Amino acid sequence: MSKFKKKTSASQDIPTSALPDIIFMLLFFFMVTTVLRETDILVEQNLPRAEQLRKMQKKSLVSYIYIGKPRDTEKYGSEPRIQTNDVLITTDNIVQFVEAERSKLSEAERNQITMAMKVDDEAKMGIVSDVQQELREANALKVLYNTPPETGAVE
Amino acid sequence: MARKKRSGGEVSAGSMADIAFLLLIFFLVTTTIASDKGLAISLPPKPDPNEPPPDIKFNERNIFKVLVNSQDRMLVEGEPMDDASQLRDMIQTFVNNNGRDPESSDNPQKAVVSFKTDRGTSYERYIEILDELQGAYYDMYSKRMGLTVKEIREINDQEPSVQDAYKELKKELPMNISIAEPSKVGGGS
Repeated sequence: MSKFKKKTSASQDIPTSALPDIIFMLLFFFMVTTVLRETDILVEQNLPRAEQLRKMQKKSLVSYIYIGKPRDTEKYGSEPRIQTNDVLITTDNIVQFVEAERSKLSEAERNQITMAMKVDDEAKMGIVSDVQQELREANALKVLYNTPPETGAVE
Repeated sequence: MARKKRSGGEVSAGSMADIAFLLLIFFLVTTTIASDKGLAISLPPKPDPNEPPPDIKFNERNIFKVLVNSQDRMLVEGEPMDDASQLRDMIQTFVNNNGRDPESSDNPQKAVVSFKTDRGTSYERYIEILDELQGAYYDMYSKRMGLTVKEIREINDQEPSVQDAYKELKKELPMNISIAEPSKVGGGS
């Protein structure tokens, strides 16, 4: 019985000295993965899912084009529109947009610019292909259709 | 020099956890984990007005045609088909035909998958089918290289020797997916 009695004398406190370290580790994880929202998205964005996804190699080379039905249908109508940065644009402005994005890159990286298209699944191919024609015009030939991974996809 | 003996020389670290928690919660709330993944394609270069388009004669047998209309219905090699998941096997037999079947491709270098949509086709359907088309090729690459499909798609993370082998394989078995300009038959904007 004496063996059991000994145990009761042990301190019952959970050591909390490592707690700040654990919390800091979590903190750093979220700090690193965080992307502070840069743009207000004005169009609907239900991206379709796909399986054969590839990672973008360098984030600085990527510019985003959003396509979808405007959220504010009273102001912008219900037809799908194109958004870059914070504004809705028409297809005529895409070349200009690409050039502006390209000028932000260094000389060596300019031809590697990648356009990431985030297109709502209800949008039609017509507008998507119009944008692509303009991208060809602007000689930005690398395109990535942003899609979240399929739920329960097998690797 | 005689040192003073300090009594309370420690910084109290008890509130450290609270401060860290506060920061943690801030980042938790503002975080959007970057979803920078997607289907990569490269567009054909702009046609040069000074040069007439090269007159490439494609033998009919070397083209695998996938058409999608504005109602999202699919036509594969002239036959209506609605289940996109069958495409994968069809493309693999088509590409690896090597001239056996006179209706199918001569060899993998010549084989082209042509994918044409309508302006009224939904983007969702387009992605679904493009996913299958690319998947068919990635499957073949992974079989030939002995890597998983995921390793093939993230080939840049692999050893340089593996990357070179992949480049060689791509010459032998190029991913010829041609995305044609959509037709205007079905309307839509």
